[in-house]
Amino acid sequence: MDPVVLFFLLGVVAKLAKSDLKLPEALYETLSIYLLLAIGLKGGVELAKHPILTIAPQAFAAIAMGATLPLLAYPVLRFVGKLSNVDSAAIAAHYGSVSVVTFAVGLAFVLKRGVAYEEYMPLFVALMEVPGIVVGIVLARMLAKRELPDSSDSPGDVRLGGSTETRMGASNGTRWRMLAHEIFLGKSVVLLVGGLLIGWFAGPQGIDPMRGLFFDLFKGVLALFLLEMGLVAAGRVADLKRAGPFLIVFGVAAPMAFSVIGATVGYAVGLSLGGTTLLAILAASASYIAAPAALRIALPEANPSLSIGVALGITFPFNLTFGIPLYFEIAKRLHA
Amino acid sequence: MQTHPKKLLVVIGESALEKFLVRDIKQFGALGYTIADVRGGGGSGEREAAWEGDRSIRMEVVCDEAIADKIAAHILATYAKNFSLSLFFNDVSVVRREKF
Repeated sequence: MDPVVLFFLLGVVAKLAKSDLKLPEALYETLSIYLLLAIGLKGGVELAKHPILTIAPQAFAAIAMGATLPLLAYPVLRFVGKLSNVDSAAIAAHYGSVSVVTFAVGLAFVLKRGVAYEEYMPLFVALMEVPGIVVGIVLARMLAKRELPDSSDSPGDVRLGGSTETRMGASNGTRWRMLAHEIFLGKSVVLLVGGLLIGWFAGPQGIDPMRGLFFDLFKGVLALFLLEMGLVAAGRVADLKRAGPFLIVFGVAAPMAFSVIGATVGYAVGLSLGGTTLLAILAASASYIAAPAALRIALPEANPSLSIGVALGITFPFNLTFGIPLYFEIAKRLHA
Repeated sequence: MQTHPKKLLVVIGESALEKFLVRDIKQFGALGYTIADVRGGGGSGEREAAWEGDRSIRMEVVCDEAIADKIAAHILATYAKNFSLSLFFNDVSVVRREKF
């Protein structure tokens, strides 16, 4: 097990043992900005070295996969798990989107083993953040209309000065403009895309003076961030007790199934062993920054403790500890 | 010192609501507001501000009683069903009436 994962486990143990350990909120925010920028920069520098025609089909496959995964998750959540329409769609959206931190740990895993990978992979992280969220929201809206033909009576439907802008909710109209702003200009997308563009524009020589900060310190910062994530993830345990056994099983089964899809897609579009592993990790990961923020506004009826509980309380720790080595084995089988 | 009676409306809720609350209170005619990041707990569990989705705000608006009433009614009708919220009023005295 990579030592960074031990920091995560330390956070989990500290929280479960009710230690008073707590990272200052400003530090959490700083570390999170650093990680997003560093991952973006790393990808951007490499992006400049590859012809766009090589990357375009792979990028398209990554986007298509991000948009498809919620469509696979939704029926399982809705009909096997018997969750409501909005809760199924909201959880599906989390799994369609990706977790940047899980990707970062995957990157550390691949680097530690000296496995070659496409170093522009952070581009796919940025591309896969959004499609799953959009598909989840559209799913909820389309299917809510069918279930609630007369949704205008819902208590959430309050108009202000005749404007439909203040209405909240999936079944009675989402404010697309504010929502689009939230989705496309959320901090994770801005920092990842910004880092990619700066890295691409500046190139290796331009970024060289910053190498010490953004590349050499990366793993130490990741360790510190994972300590905090351990505290946060363990704090979700109470939510899961309420959620019941189905979501706990889903939180482990979904990433395993999705990793097989990710690895297969990666192999099919010609990614190397490391690249295939990383795409499998992206497919298996569930968003906990971009998706919760967007869905809280888009689908306020959805219970966030369910989606966040399973994404952060089950899938995230599972991927970090058992998932990543497992996905590497799956990728190795494909490349054998 | 000459003072004037006003209402202080305090809204405590999820930080996801911040943009909407700011827009709403302006539309109802409030002239200003103050927002602070806070932590706390209640009927819907604890919010510790440990990460993005766990943050809460306290919004304070000083305005005329009629406007405070309208804002509170609107917030209750629009957000209370799906978001953790607390609302309360307080009587306050202000020095410069035109600012509120």
